[in-house]
Amino acid sequence: MRLLNLFKIAFKAIVLNKTRTLLTMLGIIIGVASVIAMLAIGEGSKESIRSTISSMGSNMITIKAGSDTRGGVRQEASIMESLTLDDYEAIKEQATLLSYSTPMVNGSGQVINGSNNWPSTIYGVNPDYLNIKVVDLQSGSMFTDAEVKSASKVALIGQTVVDNIFPDGQEPVGQMIRFNNIPFKVIGVLEEKGENTFGQDQDDVVIAPYTTVQKRILAIDHLNQVMASAISEEDAPQAVIEVSEILRTQHKLTATEEDDFHVRSMEELISTFSSTSEMLTILLVAVAGISLLIGGIGIMNIMYVSVKERTKEIGLRMAVGGKGSDILMQFLIEAILISITGGVLGVILGLGATVFIEKFLHWPTSVALYSIIISFVVCAVTGIFFGWYPARKASSLDPITALRYE
Amino acid sequence: MSKKIIKIEALKREFTMGTETVHALRGISFDIKEGEFVTIMGSSGSGKSTLLNILGCLDQPTAGNYEIDGVKVKNLSRNELATIRNEKIGFIFQSYNLLVRTSAIENVELPLLYNSSVSTEERRERAIKALEMVGLGERLHHTPSQLSGGQQQRVAIARSLVNNPVMILADEATGNLDTRTSYEIMSLFQELNKKGITITFVTHEPDIATFSNRTIVLKDGGIMQDYNNHDIQSAAEELAKLPKQDD
Repeated sequence: MRLLNLFKIAFKAIVLNKTRTLLTMLGIIIGVASVIAMLAIGEGSKESIRSTISSMGSNMITIKAGSDTRGGVRQEASIMESLTLDDYEAIKEQATLLSYSTPMVNGSGQVINGSNNWPSTIYGVNPDYLNIKVVDLQSGSMFTDAEVKSASKVALIGQTVVDNIFPDGQEPVGQMIRFNNIPFKVIGVLEEKGENTFGQDQDDVVIAPYTTVQKRILAIDHLNQVMASAISEEDAPQAVIEVSEILRTQHKLTATEEDDFHVRSMEELISTFSSTSEMLTILLVAVAGISLLIGGIGIMNIMYVSVKERTKEIGLRMAVGGKGSDILMQFLIEAILISITGGVLGVILGLGATVFIEKFLHWPTSVALYSIIISFVVCAVTGIFFGWYPARKASSLDPITALRYE
Repeated sequence: MSKKIIKIEALKREFTMGTETVHALRGISFDIKEGEFVTIMGSSGSGKSTLLNILGCLDQPTAGNYEIDGVKVKNLSRNELATIRNEKIGFIFQSYNLLVRTSAIENVELPLLYNSSVSTEERRERAIKALEMVGLGERLHHTPSQLSGGQQQRVAIARSLVNNPVMILADEATGNLDTRTSYEIMSLFQELNKKGITITFVTHEPDIATFSNRTIVLKDGGIMQDYNNHDIQSAAEELAKLPKQDD
């Protein structure tokens, strides 16, 4: 009852000074709105990086040949021949945390269909590839293990390749194409995936059995990579360790020798990119936080002026029976009401700004519930903190002096 | 024999100004009985403001006893004093002290807002009744800026009545008003007094004292005179005698 009355009194004072209240709130509104918008931008970019990476297969683990110092001369990793099919077999047999794995060889060349040609990259893999990369087929089917064994000249192509060598809209499946003059029968088209965050066109690929690519195109018997996928995203770091151990044994490395291979999980990539965007988010939020602080100081300033201005009113309230605690509560509630109303308006403005950014600037955004809760709590705390001193000052006034104050 | 509302015994109030001690009240004693209309007079520096502050429980005496409606005020805390002001005293000030941009009825409700035993409906009802008593039943929703000085003081009187105090304490309540309006206000006070309301009126205007039934004159912190007025003037009659204003 008493508190309700104090609420009414505080509310009345706010309504009586609309313009001043609104100007006071402005600091809080801008502060909260920018915290929410900044966090939304930060979260959005983090999420978009994460989703790009998981579209590449978030459980994916890649194993590449590394530098070898044994000859005394460090050699470029890509020309290393230390990763072999035996290594792949060993990993496949011994690793317990992997669900799929494929050897991979790749080379670039020209894809030709009649008078149309297009430079692309051919990847030699096994049928597990689709599961590792999380790609579906648009049409046709994947080659089989038997076709891998027999090194069949069959291929699947990505949409970019389709667009460039079948410009008339022919059905590619069943057609014969050539890659570096080797004829391949197109048996499937990969689902379109678009560009990834790094600007790489994921549809500009030709997929063929690794045996075929090894023998007929590259004429090599080592592997460029082994790709695998961990049972789950959480198992990926453990799987990396497991694979490393298998390869160390396989390569007969002594304890003092460095790895002559690299095993990477996507998780590392995610954390590298997320840490950059997290840094940015922290910076943005710090700036927004400072504006919220300044908003709070604005409230304190206005409350001080208000207490001074209303000294006589405070004296009267005390004379008719208002206790110090009543006066304290009245001004505190006033400060909290201002900051919370400012907070609500700030949240609305922040959400509006987020929608605007998404729509017109095409930046990825994602509003996290925690950002709303945090800025709201900060608002209430700001109100209490910055409202306390002026309210305290009001409540400790001497009624006689306050009544005589002009 | 009517009940004593105010009992004052050997009341002293001293202020320390730097190294000097100022004796504002030098041990005064008097009682006020229920239904009295007392004016406290004195020139500035006589101690009447100090006495008013103590009577209004805004200040505490340095020595001596002050009892209002059976409650000893000495050694009460700030909060306890606030409760006494809220329940037992109605204040009226020279400059009205109404809340700006706030309607008459809300101004009158103010003391009851600090009394949690009064419900919202009762508060409104009592405020309307108080405003009707001072003749402002038609102006419940006017704000102070829409009211004349006399009307504003009537709102203030209604505010002092709303908590059914044991005593109304008026501080130069007619000081800001012209003669005609002050007589109107005084006649209102006389009417209220006839209804049994105890009034203590602090003033330095001698003609105001003629409307009361008792006058206490202070000088240099002591009581110079304390007499009952046997020839009480009627403010309403005085008002009628004033020359008519040209409208």
